[in-house]
Amino acid sequence: RIRRRAHSLANHNVVRNPSLYNKPFVESYEETPLLVAVLTYMGYGILTIFGYLRDFMRHWNIEKCSVARERDEQKDFVPLYQDFENFYTRNLYTRIRDNWNRPLCGVPGSKMDIVEQVSHDYNRTFQNTGKIMRDVINMGSYNYLGFAENVGQCADAAIQVTEKYGSGVCGTRCEMGNLDIHQEMEELVARFLGVESALTFGMGFATNSMNIPALAGKGCLILSDELNHASLVLGARLSGSTIRVFKHNNMVSLEKLLRDAIVHGQPRTHRPWKKLLIVVEGIYSMEGSIVRLPEVIALKKRYKAFLYLDEAHSIGALGPNGKGVVDYFGLDPKDVDIMMGTFTKSFGAAGGYIGGKRELIQYLRSHSHSAVYATSMPPPVAQQIITSMTTIMGEDGTSLGADRLRQLSENTTYFRRKLREMGFIIYGNDDSPVVPMMLYMPAKIGAFGREMLKRNIGTVVVGFPATPIIESRARFCVSAAHTRETLDVVRGVRGVSGPLVRPWKARRTRRSSPFIRLTKGSCVSSKALHPSRHGA
Amino acid sequence: KLCICCICLGLYNNKNRKEKRKTKMASGQQWVLVEMVQAFYEAPAYHLILEGILILWIIRLLFSKTYKLQETNKLTEKEKEELIEEWQPDPLVPLVSKDHPSLSYDIVTGPPSHKIIINGKECINFASFNFLGLLDNDRVKQKALTSLKTYGVGTCGPRGFYGTFDVHLELESRLAKFMKTEEAIIYSYGFATIASAIPAYSKRGDIVFVDEAACFSIQKGLQASRSVIKYFKHNDMEDLDRLLKEQQLEDHKNPRKAKVTRRFIVVEGLYMNTADICPLPELVKMKYKYKVRIFLEESLSFGVLGEHGRGVTEHFGVNIDDIDLISANMENAIASIGGFCCGRSFVIDHQRLSGQGYCFSASLPPMLAAAAIEALDIMEEDPDIFTVLREKCTSVYHALQGTSGLKLVGVPLSPSLHLQLERSSGSRDTDQRTLRRIVDYVSLREVALTIARYLEKEERYLPPPTIRVLVTVEQTDEEIQKAVSCIKEAALAVIS
Repeated sequence: RIRRRAHSLANHNVVRNPSLYNKPFVESYEETPLLVAVLTYMGYGILTIFGYLRDFMRHWNIEKCSVARERDEQKDFVPLYQDFENFYTRNLYTRIRDNWNRPLCGVPGSKMDIVEQVSHDYNRTFQNTGKIMRDVINMGSYNYLGFAENVGQCADAAIQVTEKYGSGVCGTRCEMGNLDIHQEMEELVARFLGVESALTFGMGFATNSMNIPALAGKGCLILSDELNHASLVLGARLSGSTIRVFKHNNMVSLEKLLRDAIVHGQPRTHRPWKKLLIVVEGIYSMEGSIVRLPEVIALKKRYKAFLYLDEAHSIGALGPNGKGVVDYFGLDPKDVDIMMGTFTKSFGAAGGYIGGKRELIQYLRSHSHSAVYATSMPPPVAQQIITSMTTIMGEDGTSLGADRLRQLSENTTYFRRKLREMGFIIYGNDDSPVVPMMLYMPAKIGAFGREMLKRNIGTVVVGFPATPIIESRARFCVSAAHTRETLDVVRGVRGVSGPLVRPWKARRTRRSSPFIRLTKGSCVSSKALHPSRHGA
Repeated sequence: KLCICCICLGLYNNKNRKEKRKTKMASGQQWVLVEMVQAFYEAPAYHLILEGILILWIIRLLFSKTYKLQETNKLTEKEKEELIEEWQPDPLVPLVSKDHPSLSYDIVTGPPSHKIIINGKECINFASFNFLGLLDNDRVKQKALTSLKTYGVGTCGPRGFYGTFDVHLELESRLAKFMKTEEAIIYSYGFATIASAIPAYSKRGDIVFVDEAACFSIQKGLQASRSVIKYFKHNDMEDLDRLLKEQQLEDHKNPRKAKVTRRFIVVEGLYMNTADICPLPELVKMKYKYKVRIFLEESLSFGVLGEHGRGVTEHFGVNIDDIDLISANMENAIASIGGFCCGRSFVIDHQRLSGQGYCFSASLPPMLAAAAIEALDIMEEDPDIFTVLREKCTSVYHALQGTSGLKLVGVPLSPSLHLQLERSSGSRDTDQRTLRRIVDYVSLREVALTIARYLEKEERYLPPPTIRVLVTVEQTDEEIQKAVSCIKEAALAVIS
């Protein structure tokens, strides 16, 4: 399995159409070292054995079972959960549950205040200690442009709007929930994206899951990247179309699917497909990779497919003007049929949008599940979007937006470079503010998260099922709100966090393998390819 | 041809040998083998070669596929290119006719509170789900503002990754306390609540019994679950009983499958589409009789029905623990955003890892959670508010009876009523236009109403076109009088 993955990675790193890119496209992955893979599987093996042992003991009441039970009245009902369904949760996740859902009690800015919690029953329940961990460095929130603030022009405007409108809407867009502030926001979003028209929704997840069904249906084929977000997967499934999955960011795989689809038509009937819809994301939040958009657009044009681009993480976070991955590659937004994105991340608000041609938006206004049945966006949230967006566009008359964009891009480059110099295995594109660092082993997930918190740094750690089973990782989200000193603290701590939790180092010999791909004649000195080890 | 030749030769050779064998047969069976070896030595070379070829040929015939579909069907690259060149997709979206009602939304200037400015005209609001008038309540606003000043607007993350705030935890425990259940879980979008909750429990192969008037988010949740869906007639317990009995028979046939097939009844407390109440006590009886779990969607009944606004369980005096899961949104009576599920920890906790809309979505902005907490405070402090609402609902219900040409759909206790054409013209579009004229007529007289909107092609059971009449505690008796007489006048003017 390991070899196969390495193979697929090697494949997908082949430069196919360098002429389509106007700048180097550097994305690196590293094959999981064999020793690490073996140890990781062993780790899971031990956890599983102990899991079974403890389940056995719980069954015979040797160990006290603290898990919530079915009501006595309903004991003879068909069990609500199959026993194996919760095996992972009960025996693996619970052990390290304290690394997630840590409650905040302030702004999720560059630093955050976390409510300190302890568990006296092995992570089944948590109690507040009454203490608050102040100024924990926040490497976990998707606050790319630092708009999560409680002071400043965004907050001020939101306060005014709350005073005027209150916080709810109590109606759908189609009925009585279409406020003037929504109209204003949608016009601004369309202008920001450079599209004819835009439509906004109250929840980012629902923007995907409730609009894809309006765009594709029976007899349509959705080509979806294997690492697409759950909301895209759900939307595709709800649409009733056929779904085929291509390898992550692999254009060879995508092209093959496109060709086969047109040549062979629908399965069994061999009728031609009604539509082909390619669904990709701008930045993949677990991988840190950026979609190879120039190639996707070339393929889409060649095979007359439609392109659905989910810019949840890339809008605001990429591109010289913060307009996402289209802006980053210097492409024309008109080449993307459906521009989708969320306001949760870079804009520090909530909700999502879809932008595109006027006909598309008109159709969605009348056929989107979300527009017809769901309550529209709360006014303060809409205002937060308006203010942060005008700031990014520089229409507020200041250079605050431009400064933040520059700061984010500098921070990203700096942080990624430093980590790489220290020899850690990090994934993803050099320009992506999402920085996954490989931990591999299940035990390290918990240990790393806890040790970092002890050192006053909040990071996100993820393991199976969010990642492949042997590729547990920690994830840092770089923000424009971080200062260079903050980032230095983070990487400084990493070096001393003890050998136990030290993440795996990249092997020097591997750095020169084809797993680093460079595009368009860009030349990188051998030093960059062979980072010296004493950096750590 | 060659093949036939070989076979002929082979047959000829065999025939020769068989004749030879026959003559010696009498001398005993033991000689057969020896003779065969002898014959082999004696046979001429051409004979052996031919026989060898024959054997090889037979082996080939045995192992080769008789008919090679792919080989004959294989397209050349050029043909593929031509196919790709020829293929034309459907347009991404069909054109929407210019007069589609959704293309000209009514524009509300300012807050959609008791007095609402629609398309520049101030009206009394009978069109927002603001039942308790909490939308522009000062206390709620102040609480939201304080929260905004502490937390900012967005949460920048899902609940798992630093998107949990202390207010979320507080709201969850407050909701659980208010509903008198063990646990509650909040979602950041009302629509996504039940739509995520159903597929968290009901999987492929499980069976869900659903009222056919169930709202759209339930329908989507069912679709996502990929379970077997059985619709029963709206509020018809006999029909449900029939389906459950049928299932019981099925179970007897296949007890092993029955032991792992989960079953659920999904109903709404107060139906969005028909404005009537589900017969909960009967449903609970069915639950224990047939061992089916009940999921109850209370978006309209939460904060409306019952002495303390706890919804349809309180209305009927049903023990809330008998309902496996209650889901409601906080976008109607609570006048905030989002939704919640509540019930026993055994059930609810599962959603924290399996509720898609919970795990994979950014959490609710803290200021909206804070507003919801304050709304709960108000509801707890002053349960009279529900009595007032009930009185208003009943009075609107009775006043709207006997409107010429219009039929009132719903029960007296429902704050969300439907006015339906008594005689449909037979065309949905025409009906819709007639109703729209009524809405326009009353809006000129400063009463805001709205037409209930549906995705006509997607609804499982499409309700007839109606005007929504939404009752709130803020509407005074005079205003109700005025609105009712306006509607009656409009109906006379438009329909006759």
